[in-house]
Amino acid sequence: MRHHIIVRVSTRILVAFILLFALYVQFHGDFGPGGGFQAGVIFGAGCILYGLVFGVDALRVVIPDAIVRSIAALGVLLFAGVGVVAILAGGNFLDYSVLGQTPTAGQHLGIILIELGVGMTVASVVILLYYAFTNR
Amino acid sequence: MTLDAVDVAFTEAAVGAGIATILMLATLAITSARQKPSEKRALAPMLAAVATGLVLAYGLADLPPFADPEAPAHRHVAPRYLNESAKEIGIPNVVTSVLASYRGYDTLGEVTVIFTAGVGVLVLIGRTRHRRRENDDE
Repeated sequence: MRHHIIVRVSTRILVAFILLFALYVQFHGDFGPGGGFQAGVIFGAGCILYGLVFGVDALRVVIPDAIVRSIAALGVLLFAGVGVVAILAGGNFLDYSVLGQTPTAGQHLGIILIELGVGMTVASVVILLYYAFTNR
Repeated sequence: MTLDAVDVAFTEAAVGAGIATILMLATLAITSARQKPSEKRALAPMLAAVATGLVLAYGLADLPPFADPEAPAHRHVAPRYLNESAKEIGIPNVVTSVLASYRGYDTLGEVTVIFTAGVGVLVLIGRTRHRRRENDDE
């Protein structure tokens, strides 16, 4: 891809907007279409685009293997942890109503946190798949 | 969009356009054009597949017609989700309310499945790097 200057320059510009759009989809999921799954896939696709154009080693410098693996596990832990915190706060597992001042505030907080967990896991698993395939 | 399922369409668009192509090409790159000849007879797996297919086809006959408003799925909890979620959850996107809160347990399972699938892929094809590094040293 070294000689494809148009691809290189446009990727350099686009990746930032793709990642920003992923974050928008992530945190706007309660109001519009979107959520952790979609945001994670878009984030992963943005990173893979960078890896395709600038080489997977350049992507590994930005996001090392070990960090992607940890984030994949942390996302599931965050999701399950919200459930456990709900138990400790006196509710049922994954009953977010007890997390905030009012039930709806708790629901809102819980949903944002678990969607973040979903997004973290989906994005890093997508990147992990890309790493695993390009390792061959 | 005729089904008004924007969230699902969004997911499919992101996965289909962004990831599936890459994975398809990557799979093509690490596999060859010809399958290795298998010694084993595939009779028992084929019987199992055909039997499962027949059972599923038999079960299809009991499904309600497509887009039937009287279908159990539309009369059981769906009205409550649509009518009460604004009060109970307080966010405008009902899909997110159902996915993240009412069905939070399912979604936790889904995320676990994705994580497990990622771990499975790593176990199957993620180990080759160390071997290649050893070769590089030689």
